[in-house]
Amino acid sequence: MDVSYQWLKELVDVPVDADTLGEKVSRTGIEVDSVTHLGAGLKKIVIGKVMDLIDHPDSDHLHIAQVDTGDDELRQIVCGAPNIEKGQTVIVAMPGARIADNQKIKRGKMRGVVSDGMICALQELGFSDAIAPKAYSDGIYVFNEDLKPGSDALVALGWDDSILDFEITPNRADALGMRGVAWEVGATYNKTPHFNDQPVVEGDKPVEDYLTAKVDDVKDAPSYQMRVVDGVKIQDSPLWLQRRLWNAGVRPINNIVDVTNLIMLGYGQPLHAFDYNKLENHEILVRRAHDKEALTTLDGNDHELDSEDIVITDGLKPVALAGVMGGLNSEITDDTTTVVIESACFAPTNIRKTALKYNLRSQASSRFEKGINVADINNALDEAARLMAELGNGTVAKGHLSASAIEPKDTIVKITLDRINHVLGTDFDEALVTDLFKRLGFGVETHDGEFAVAVPPRRWDIAIDSDLIEEVARLYGYDNLPSTLPTTTMTIGQFTPKQARLRRTRKILEGLGLSQAITYSLVNAEEAHQFAIESSEGTKVSWPMTQDHAVLRENLIAGLINAEQYNVARKQADLALYEQGRVFLRKPGHVRPEEHEYVAGLFTGNLTSKNWHQQAESVDFYYVKGVVDHLLGDYRLDQPVEYVALKDDPQLHPGQSAKLVLAGETIGLIGRLHPGFEHAEGLPETYVFELNLEALMNADRSEMAAKPAPKFPEMTRDIAILVDQAVENAAIVKVIEQVGGKFLRDVTLFDVYAGANIEGHKKSLAYTLTYRRDDQTLTEDEVNAAFAKVTTALHDELGATIR
Amino acid sequence: MDLKSKLEELFEQNQAKIKSLHDLDELNQTRINLLGKKGPITEVLRGMKDLDATERPKVGAYANKIKDNLQDVIAERKAVLEQAVIDQKLKQETIDVTLPGDVVKAGTPHILTQIMDDIEEFFIGQGYQVIDGPEVEEDHYNFEMLNIPKNHPARDMQDTFYMGNDLLMRSQTSPVQARTLEVHDFSKGPLKMISPGRVYRRDTDDATHSHQFHQVEGLVIDKHITMADLKGTLLAVAQHVFGKDRTIRLRPSYFPFTEPSVEVDVSCFRCGGRGCAICKYSGWIEVLGAGMVHPNVLTNAGVDPKVYGGFAFGLGPDRFAMLKYGIDDIRSFYQGDQRFLSQFQQEG
Repeated sequence: MDVSYQWLKELVDVPVDADTLGEKVSRTGIEVDSVTHLGAGLKKIVIGKVMDLIDHPDSDHLHIAQVDTGDDELRQIVCGAPNIEKGQTVIVAMPGARIADNQKIKRGKMRGVVSDGMICALQELGFSDAIAPKAYSDGIYVFNEDLKPGSDALVALGWDDSILDFEITPNRADALGMRGVAWEVGATYNKTPHFNDQPVVEGDKPVEDYLTAKVDDVKDAPSYQMRVVDGVKIQDSPLWLQRRLWNAGVRPINNIVDVTNLIMLGYGQPLHAFDYNKLENHEILVRRAHDKEALTTLDGNDHELDSEDIVITDGLKPVALAGVMGGLNSEITDDTTTVVIESACFAPTNIRKTALKYNLRSQASSRFEKGINVADINNALDEAARLMAELGNGTVAKGHLSASAIEPKDTIVKITLDRINHVLGTDFDEALVTDLFKRLGFGVETHDGEFAVAVPPRRWDIAIDSDLIEEVARLYGYDNLPSTLPTTTMTIGQFTPKQARLRRTRKILEGLGLSQAITYSLVNAEEAHQFAIESSEGTKVSWPMTQDHAVLRENLIAGLINAEQYNVARKQADLALYEQGRVFLRKPGHVRPEEHEYVAGLFTGNLTSKNWHQQAESVDFYYVKGVVDHLLGDYRLDQPVEYVALKDDPQLHPGQSAKLVLAGETIGLIGRLHPGFEHAEGLPETYVFELNLEALMNADRSEMAAKPAPKFPEMTRDIAILVDQAVENAAIVKVIEQVGGKFLRDVTLFDVYAGANIEGHKKSLAYTLTYRRDDQTLTEDEVNAAFAKVTTALHDELGATIR
Repeated sequence: MDLKSKLEELFEQNQAKIKSLHDLDELNQTRINLLGKKGPITEVLRGMKDLDATERPKVGAYANKIKDNLQDVIAERKAVLEQAVIDQKLKQETIDVTLPGDVVKAGTPHILTQIMDDIEEFFIGQGYQVIDGPEVEEDHYNFEMLNIPKNHPARDMQDTFYMGNDLLMRSQTSPVQARTLEVHDFSKGPLKMISPGRVYRRDTDDATHSHQFHQVEGLVIDKHITMADLKGTLLAVAQHVFGKDRTIRLRPSYFPFTEPSVEVDVSCFRCGGRGCAICKYSGWIEVLGAGMVHPNVLTNAGVDPKVYGGFAFGLGPDRFAMLKYGIDDIRSFYQGDQRFLSQFQQEG
C-alpha cells in the first residue's frame, strides 16, 4: 500500500518526517519497505500558460509557443506535442532544469527557432505509464485548472510528497485504507486521527424510484448497500483528486471512477459504480452464478461462471462479479448520467476463490478476501455519493438501499494483567497497559486486574487475548522487553541413533575424500526412476514449475550425474562427490510415498593426479568398492554383504556393475555407468554407488565383544589356482571357507592374472590362507591336513588346477 | 728397555695411530691387533714372568691401565667415526622440504550442512531434541494445524507444490512442530525441539529464489515460556552463528501460527551496524521469523493453551550462508560445482 505522507498528515498529526515515520512504523506495527521522495532530483520545473501558438514555419508538426512562466517576458518554446493549444496551463522545464533520468534541459534552437525550455509530458518527469492519465499519454500534460505561472509545477502535481510503501501482512488489512493507516500512526505517536467528515446532501427523488436491491443469501453478502447519483456529468477529476490517486499508484480515469478509487484508498472499502441506464432491468439481485453463465468483465475478458461465484445481477443477467470486477455491460462511460454506487461486504472465501480462478486479483478482491471495516460500509457509500454529486454536478437520490446489513459492534476481548506479564516476561502495571490500549483507540474497563477491551470493528483482526498481547508488546516496543533464556525442568538434547548414524555416514565419506553435494529432490521423470534399488510407482507434483523439477527422485545418483555434467562443462575432470538424502518411493495403491534415507557417490577422473612425487591414479570399480566396503564396515553388519553381478541395468555397464545384497535383500548398487549412457550424457568414464541406508540401519549388527590378542603364532599357506574366466572370486572364497576347517582365520587374494602363459579362457588367482589356533601352537601336520582339503575341494568343485 | 717404558712407548705410538684412523673396520682391526691375545700388550704381560715378585703387580697394574687407556682412545675414536658415518648418511638422506607434499584428498561437508550442524550443536547444548519430519506432507499438518485453513489469504505467502488435493511438498518445516505437539507427553516434561530440513516452494529458480531450500524450525512449549525467553534464545543463537558481538532487534510481523509474531534482525556482522552494502546501509540484516505459539495451534494439537504456551522460530540456512559468506546466487548450493563445494573448510 502506497501511503502518501501529505494525505496522512491531513488525517493525523505526524510529528516526524517521512523517513523517521517509516523507520518508527516498521518497528512498532507495519513494515515500511521503502520511503520514496517524489520529484527527488527534479528541479526548475514550473507552471506555464500557453499565451500564443503558431506553427513552426519549417516543420509539419512543431509549434512555436509563447509561454507565460511568471517572468517579465513571455518565453518562446518550440513544442512538438500534438495536443498543445493556446490557453493551456502546462508543465515547463526551464533552461537548467533537471527532468527524469537526470536529463538536463538547455536553451537551444529547433529548426532555426530559439526554444527556451521544454513543455513536458508526465512521463518526462518520471511518471510511470501505468498512472499517467490516458488522455495525455501521447502528449503534454494539461492542467484542468488555472495555476499561477512560474509557480512550482511539482507542488501542483503533488510531486513534493513522500510515499511510504507499507508491506501489509494478511492480518493487517485494516491498514489497506488511509484511515486505518492514520489510526496505526496515531497509536504509534499517541495522536487521535481527525477525519472531518461532511454530511451527504440528498435530493428529493427517493432511491426506491430508481431500483430495488435484494440479496439471495446473506452469507454471500452480509452487507449490501446502494445509492444513486443522478444527473452527473462525466469529466476529468479536479487536480487534487488526480494527484491523490497517482501518488497512490492509481491512474485517474474520470470523476466517477476516481471517486470509487479514492474511497477505497481512504476507507479501505472497495466500491463499484454501475451505469444505471445500462441496467436492463432495475431489480438488483445478488446471487450465485448459474453454471456456465457468461459474463464479460471490464477488462474485456469473457468468463464462464459457476455456482461458487457470487454475481450482481440486474434481475436478468450478471452485471458484475461481486467484489472482484464489474461487467463490461454496465460500465461507466462518458455518456453516463445516472450512477448506482455499491458498497458491500462479501464472503471472503468466495471472493478469493473467484479471483484466483479467473486470474482477476484486484485491489478490491484482495481487500474483500482479507476483510473490511464493517463500520465504514455506509460511511464510504455516503462520502462517495457526496463527492460524485459534487464533482459531477449531480444529485444524490434520497435514502439508500440496504439489501442486507451488519450492525457494527465493538468486540469485547478480556485479558488479565497477569496473563500479559506471564506471556511477555514483563512486570507491567495496570496504568501502562491501559494507556497502550487507549492509544489504539480501544475502550478499556478494568475490574480486578482484568481488562475488558472494546475493540472497534476497524480492527477486526483482534479477537483473542493473544492479539491484545501483541498490541501491547509492539507498542511498548520489542526492544524494551527483557531478554532471558527459558527455565524449564532439565531436558536432554541428543541425536537419535538414526540421526547420529546419518551424520557419521557423512563424516566417513568426507574422510574418504568425497565432498558433499546437495541436489534437487524434484527431478525430471526419466531421472527420477533411474538407478532404482527399491521399486516405486513414481510421485509427480501437480503443477511443476518446469519439467526438470516435476517428479520426486527415487535415487540419488541422477542428481550427482547432473552435478557431474555441471562440473564437466566447466572442465572439472576429477570428481568425488556424495549426497546423503531422501528418495521417495510410492507403493502401488498408495498416494503418499515413503521417504527413505539413501547415500550415493560418484567418481570420475583421477583420484590423485600426477606430480613430481606421485603417479596419477584413476578411479576404477575396485577403488569405489573399497570405499563402499569401508563404509559398510562401519555399520558392523551381522551378515556379509554380497556383490552380485548386475547385467541388465540400462544405465550401468553390464560387465562392471553389481547389486549389493544383504540377507537376500538388495540394499545398493555399484558400478561404472554404461558407456552408451556416458556417451549420450556427454560424460567421461564414471563410477557410482548408492546404498539404502534404511536397510543398513535396520539390519542386525554384530556384537562388539572384546577378544584378547592372539597368544599363538599364525601359519600361512599360499595357493595359486587356474580356473575358468567365468568363475568368480566369491565362489572360490566360499569353497575355501567351507572346507577350510576351524583354524582357517583369513583368506586374502593377492594376485589375479590372465594373459601370456595362461590358456585363453582361464585365469589364475592366488590366495594366502592364514591358520591359527587360539589354545596352542598349530602343528605343521594340522595345517597341511587342512590345506589339503582346500586344494581337493577347489579341484573337485570348481575344476581348479592347482599351480 | 724396561717393561714400563715399553708399555709407555706402546701407548704413545698407538694413540697417535688410532687418532689418525678414518675407517671403522681399520679401527676394529687395530683394536684386535693391539689388545688381542696376540697383541703387544699381551706380549708384555707374558714377559712379566721374568720380573721379580715385587715388580710383577706394579707392572701388571700398569699394563692394565695402559690397556684401559688404549681402549678408551679406541672407543673415543670409534664414537667419532660412527658419528661421521651417521652425519654422512644424514647428509645423503637430506631432502628439499620445500617440495610439495602428496595430495591427500579429504571431502568437505556442504556449507548448508555445516551451518545446520552448527545450529543443531547449539540447540542440543541447550537441551533441545532434533526432530525430523516428512518432506512430503499433508495439507493438514503443513497448513491447517498451523492455523492456516484452506482459502486463508496467508496461503498466498507461500506458493506450494501439490500432489493432489491434500498432499504437498512441505513449504516450511513448521509441520514438524504440529506433528510433535500432537504426540508430546507434557507430563514427562517440556518440549524443546528444532527441526532442520528441506522445504519446497513454487518459485522460479534464479539468483535469489530456489524451489528447494532449507529451514530450521524451533519450538519450546512449557507452562511458563515468555517472549523474553524467545528474545534471549534468539540473541544467543545469533551470537553463536554470527559472532559474539551481535545484537538483535525484533519487528512486528505476521505468521498465522504465532501471535505475537516478529521478524528478527541481527546487527550487521560485516560492518558491525555502521552500514554497508551487505545490510543495505541499515546496519541490520533480517535473519529469521519468530513468535509466541498461537493458541489455535496448541488447541489443534490437543494442548491446552490456558496451561501451556511457548515460542517458535524459523530460520533459513541458505540465507544464513549467503549472508555470512557473501554468496550471491542461491543456485550455487544445488549445482554441485566442486570448486564451490570444497572451498568451505570447516571452522572451529
